[in-house]
Amino acid sequence: MKRELLKFGVFAILVLLAPLLFSGGYLMNVLVFVGINTMLAIGLNLLLGNAGQISLGHAGFFGMGAYISGILTATYAWNPWFAMPLAAVVVGLLAFLIGFPILKLKGHYLAMATLGLGIIVFIVFNETVDLTGGPSGLSGIPNLTMGSVTFDSDVKNYYLIWGFTLMIVLFAVNLANSRVGRALRAVHDSEVAAKVLGVNTSLLKVQIFTLSAVISSLAGSLYAHTMTFVAPASFGFNFSVELLTMVVIGGLGSVYGSFLGAALLTLLPEFLRAAHDYDIIIYGGLLMLMVMFMPGGLVRGVPDLFRKLFRRGKESGHA
Amino acid sequence: MQFDQILQYSLSGLSTGAIYALIGVGFSIIFNATGIINFAQGEFVMLGGMFTLLFLETLKLPLWAAIPCAIVASTVAGLLFERLAIRPLRQATPINLVIITIGGSILIRGLAMLSWGKDTHAIPPFSGDDPIAIAGATILPQHLWILAITVIIVIVNRIYFYHTISGKAMRACAYNRRAAGLVGIDVHRMVLFSFIISSAMGSIAGIIVAPLTMTAYDVGIMLGLKGFCAAIIGGMSSGIATVIGGLLLGVLESLGAGLISSGYKDAIAFIILLLILFIRPQGLFGKAESERV
Amino acid sequence: MLEISRITQIFGGVTALEDVSFAVKKGNITGVIGPNGAGKTTLFNIITGIYTQTSGTVFLEGKDISGLPPEKLARKGLVRTFQNIELFGQMTVRENVMVGMHTKSSCGMLSCALKTPWSVSEEHRIREGAVRWLEFAGITDLADVTSGNLPFGKGRLLEIARALAVEPTIMLMDEPAAGLNSQETLALGLLIKQIRDMGITVVLVEHDMELVMDICDRIVVLNLGRKLAEGTPREIQENTEVIAAYLGEDD
Ligand SMILES: Nc1ncnc2c1ncn2[C@@H]1O[C@H](COP(=O)(O)OP(=O)(O)O)[C@@H](O)[C@H]1O
Ligand SMILES: [Mg+2]
Repeated sequence: MKRELLKFGVFAILVLLAPLLFSGGYLMNVLVFVGINTMLAIGLNLLLGNAGQISLGHAGFFGMGAYISGILTATYAWNPWFAMPLAAVVVGLLAFLIGFPILKLKGHYLAMATLGLGIIVFIVFNETVDLTGGPSGLSGIPNLTMGSVTFDSDVKNYYLIWGFTLMIVLFAVNLANSRVGRALRAVHDSEVAAKVLGVNTSLLKVQIFTLSAVISSLAGSLYAHTMTFVAPASFGFNFSVELLTMVVIGGLGSVYGSFLGAALLTLLPEFLRAAHDYDIIIYGGLLMLMVMFMPGGLVRGVPDLFRKLFRRGKESGHA
Repeated sequence: MQFDQILQYSLSGLSTGAIYALIGVGFSIIFNATGIINFAQGEFVMLGGMFTLLFLETLKLPLWAAIPCAIVASTVAGLLFERLAIRPLRQATPINLVIITIGGSILIRGLAMLSWGKDTHAIPPFSGDDPIAIAGATILPQHLWILAITVIIVIVNRIYFYHTISGKAMRACAYNRRAAGLVGIDVHRMVLFSFIISSAMGSIAGIIVAPLTMTAYDVGIMLGLKGFCAAIIGGMSSGIATVIGGLLLGVLESLGAGLISSGYKDAIAFIILLLILFIRPQGLFGKAESERV
Repeated sequence: MLEISRITQIFGGVTALEDVSFAVKKGNITGVIGPNGAGKTTLFNIITGIYTQTSGTVFLEGKDISGLPPEKLARKGLVRTFQNIELFGQMTVRENVMVGMHTKSSCGMLSCALKTPWSVSEEHRIREGAVRWLEFAGITDLADVTSGNLPFGKGRLLEIARALAVEPTIMLMDEPAAGLNSQETLALGLLIKQIRDMGITVVLVEHDMELVMDICDRIVVLNLGRKLAEGTPREIQENTEVIAAYLGEDD
């Protein structure tokens, strides 16, 4: 427990100090997205890494948060601070209701059903032109304000987004090491044994699905207010897969792994600008290589690798 | 809303449905032999069309020669996929399998994009495009090609699974993989076979539909998913139930697009998918089974 | 305590259980024996709410519990162990037992995530409480081992400790001695008696006849889905039908 607190402290300090190193540059803007993607990856990881339930439709919840916030503030001039929780409640309610039938499904079937759900939502974004602006998107979404501060620069947005992200990190770390977190992991390892011990697994799965959707919605609202523009293309199947990649690459079930995965996948395309069209190949290849050679993700795989290298080094030293 | 309008939509729906059926049967064959839902299935459909294009335009082969070459090329791709991605996987949990086949599909799509660019390409129809009139509706010769080839493949498939040794072995694997292994069936080989058959079928689907819909590096995603919907409606059967599922899906989609809204055409398939999964996860025609503990 | 009344279970065309009835007395150890495929595990699955029977009723303390899901039954004091051990393989031994205390705690998702003082003290209580069951099963020294790495015999003990953590009134064990060596089986017999002495009613499916005859108060014999006989261990040993059913069986 003390160790968790220490880890979080170090992480938080690094996050708070990062702007001193990179401020002003284009990188600040990218780091804002790292924050948003970290929230999303943590949300998905609660479901996938802890409870072992896959979702290929999380981009849909992200998009719903973004659109509900966007439409209420841009079209109906709501205060963003009211729109954001409302979006979260609506998305949470929807996830809760659809969660009961969808989480009865397992493995591949669950993957396909959530994928279908995500695609339906994506089609709705495109087709309800009056509401969402259709494929060309919705613009004029206001920045968030707090008192006299308007979050309209990269540095301000950085602190805004990372403030939320740190809260969610703490939230997820606490949850993982608790009664509910244990019950979730139990569902992952043996659902029938968990049931027999008195865990209401169906309800628990729906609850974590809902929580995970709410986190995605929150990330969506924040995304809408920092970008001030949203379009359906950001919320398609590809983005759901990208989120899945972040979680798997970072490490299933690891909160800080989600950060690593999100950071890697958000920064990578920036460094590969020259090789723009290759990014899809790199995603695909990374996903396959990770599952084959580092199924535990970076957080477990890299230390393992070092351990192996170190041991081999010692052995050759003897010879 | 007139009768001939409905007929028209149904007819064109049937031929798209036949494509979904072929892809769906391919899905089911792999699923039954291995328990894997191959998310990369759609990419072999895409490869069918794109390889045809390669042999036609780059290598200047005539269409009748380009098609078999394309089928062989896509099948080799399917074989490589099984050998390089599926077989080496050590922790073959459902989630890992979903992820690896998704990774494979992205990779194949990416390679196709690099090789052929992002443009859509046309492939000439097999026998001209003079419309044929049927009771007030018109169809294209290519529609007939699609239906005829689908029927042939379904029949060949049936003969293979019920009247050849390797087909029967495959069914044994589908029924109980461990028991099949115990009676001396080489399960690894059957898995490989299932990938070969289903990538061949997928590529044929991709080839026969390309003259109607054009082809591009990213056509595989939607076609693959629709094929999966067909398989779900058919209860993951590698036989007639999935074919009916595909045809049903094609017709409903075409009617929905024509009579309700074309924008929501793709949504129809997924709404059907969700409804089936929620209400009858064993498929329209299947019986429920309980899980063993 | 537990009453099985006219249970029939049909899978597709296979009749796994046909019109089986018997009663389990409070504080007893009741053995359910029978050759492989007799329907013993199926019966346990029905009692614990994992399967829903084709027909028939299960009563717990006089109340009809047919159709209740396993998690509800656990709260009513009914737990079980599995023939093929079902551990939470990625969790430590201690955490496995802590999951067993799920019904004895109540913090929800929000309270856990926000780490309210209430949830912290509850977590403390669960952690302490788990030790008691580890001690009872004699696996305290393994508390921090990942349960997936346990040797088979220890895994069985952990499953029992975890089930006890639910503080059940009745416990069903499906072949707890399978895969154990003779020493471990002996120790298991003592443990099961201790469990009974705590006031927990035990129903036991087991192939090890020595163990069954030694510890059971009553025995029910199933064969091909039907109840063949019921009685004290002595009565069963002398029952000609039972002997006939077991002749030619390796078990
Ligand atoms: N979920 C199921 N679906 C179909 N048949 C089953 C199922 N569970 C058990 N059976 C069948 O019921 C019969 C009894 O099995 P089981 O209860 O496991 O026997 P036992 O535990 O006495 O060895 C067997 O013929 C088995 O094949
Ligand atoms: Mg059994």
